[in-house]
Amino acid sequence: MQTLRIPTPLRSYTDGRSEVNVSGRTIAEAMQDLTAHYPDLRPHLFNEEGNLRPFVNLFLNQEDIRSLQGLETPLKEDDRLMIIPSIAGG
Amino acid sequence: MYPTLSHEEILRYSRHLLIPDVGLEGQRKLKAASVLVIGTGGLGSPVSLYLAAAGVGRIGLVDYDVVDASNLQRQVIHGTQSIGDLKVESARQRLLDLNPDIQVEVYNEPFTSANAMRIASDYDLLVDGTDNFPTRYLTNDVCVLLGKPNVYGSIFRFEGQVSVFDARRGPCYRCLFPEPPPPGLVPSCAEGGVLGVLPGTIGTLQATEALKLILGIGEPLIGKLLLYNALDMSFEFVKLRKNPRCKVCSPEPEVTELIDYEAFCGVPGHDRDEGEVGGGWDIAASDLAKRLKVGNHIRLIDVREPHELEISHLEGAQLIPLGQLAARLSELDSAQEIVLFCKSGTRSARALELLLSAGFRKVKNLKGGINAWAREVDPRLPIY
Repeated sequence: MQTLRIPTPLRSYTDGRSEVNVSGRTIAEAMQDLTAHYPDLRPHLFNEEGNLRPFVNLFLNQEDIRSLQGLETPLKEDDRLMIIPSIAGG
Repeated sequence: MYPTLSHEEILRYSRHLLIPDVGLEGQRKLKAASVLVIGTGGLGSPVSLYLAAAGVGRIGLVDYDVVDASNLQRQVIHGTQSIGDLKVESARQRLLDLNPDIQVEVYNEPFTSANAMRIASDYDLLVDGTDNFPTRYLTNDVCVLLGKPNVYGSIFRFEGQVSVFDARRGPCYRCLFPEPPPPGLVPSCAEGGVLGVLPGTIGTLQATEALKLILGIGEPLIGKLLLYNALDMSFEFVKLRKNPRCKVCSPEPEVTELIDYEAFCGVPGHDRDEGEVGGGWDIAASDLAKRLKVGNHIRLIDVREPHELEISHLEGAQLIPLGQLAARLSELDSAQEIVLFCKSGTRSARALELLLSAGFRKVKNLKGGINAWAREVDPRLPIY
């Protein structure tokens, strides 16, 4: 089981939750688990081909998954995933 | 050589001079420094106030807006007296009142590809206090091309981000956000709101980073992104790395001069409600009122969020929040005339595009939203 932090702009798709539990051997599986529970999130994170949208930043612990093995990065118990949103307010 | 300090300045900065890491030399560095603050809104207010108080010798302010009553919940540099005044003028007066020993230069113009290099080249570092994606990408690219640090801060509702992007020493904004989100996906503060104190928290962190960079002390937030959440009172850090294929800061960049950032992001370079769709798809509030009065059967669809109904509502309107519209199209009849509205016309413009793509044709957007209705038709309603 891993935790995933949901940023404010996406919380309307997770019943207001700021953190959800997900489970998977890889990030791809954990994200699959997430969008199975919260299907409305899916179009915000993935395109029609099932790839992570380029403006979605996913971090595992403190590292950008792009600098790891992307969605194929293996997960350990208690890993923490974070979605970092593009926000522009000032 | 750094400039000397007068006796008055020594007294004014006494609490800085007492810190060994700042001292007289540090204070003279601050006096010699110049910082360009892009935007004099929520973030620009605390940033410029604290930089002025700290004695940064030259502060540049770029903004082309005027002070509105709805700014004052968070833009603490302005006051009720300055409603309707140019923001840069209102800010200059406040900064010079706080510290008459500094220079304040104002640019009452939008920060664009046409003027950005000219304005920015005269400053040591830039602080990004803008409210929209195009100007954020522009500020980043200007800093990369000129080799200057970009003290970044961004806010939404209860959440903020801070980093220092200095492409000479670490990643840039584009390394983290290679592409902007599609237009309309991320609500702006004008649509989604923001806790008034949030830009205070984030802006003071930006000012702290700017002062550290000038003084050359501590660990700047280069290669790190701070994520703040006011509700959880959480501060988290993630590591940022330089993208070896970054379009602007990699060894072989694609972007070597400023581009059209509004086209790149697909949105205008400001966070003000446009309020209309154009192309004949809008209806003015006064025209809608006339048509309803003569008994036209028009279905009014309110695409705001439920909690906004308490502020103002139109008689007979049905609420379908924009986020639910795609899933609730079956509730609408494409043979019937439909008028969509929201607070000021931005969300309803998006709703209209959604209906058009679903084949609806007898549909209009209430130009300027329920706020325009309050202004032009029914002054009993508040404007928000």
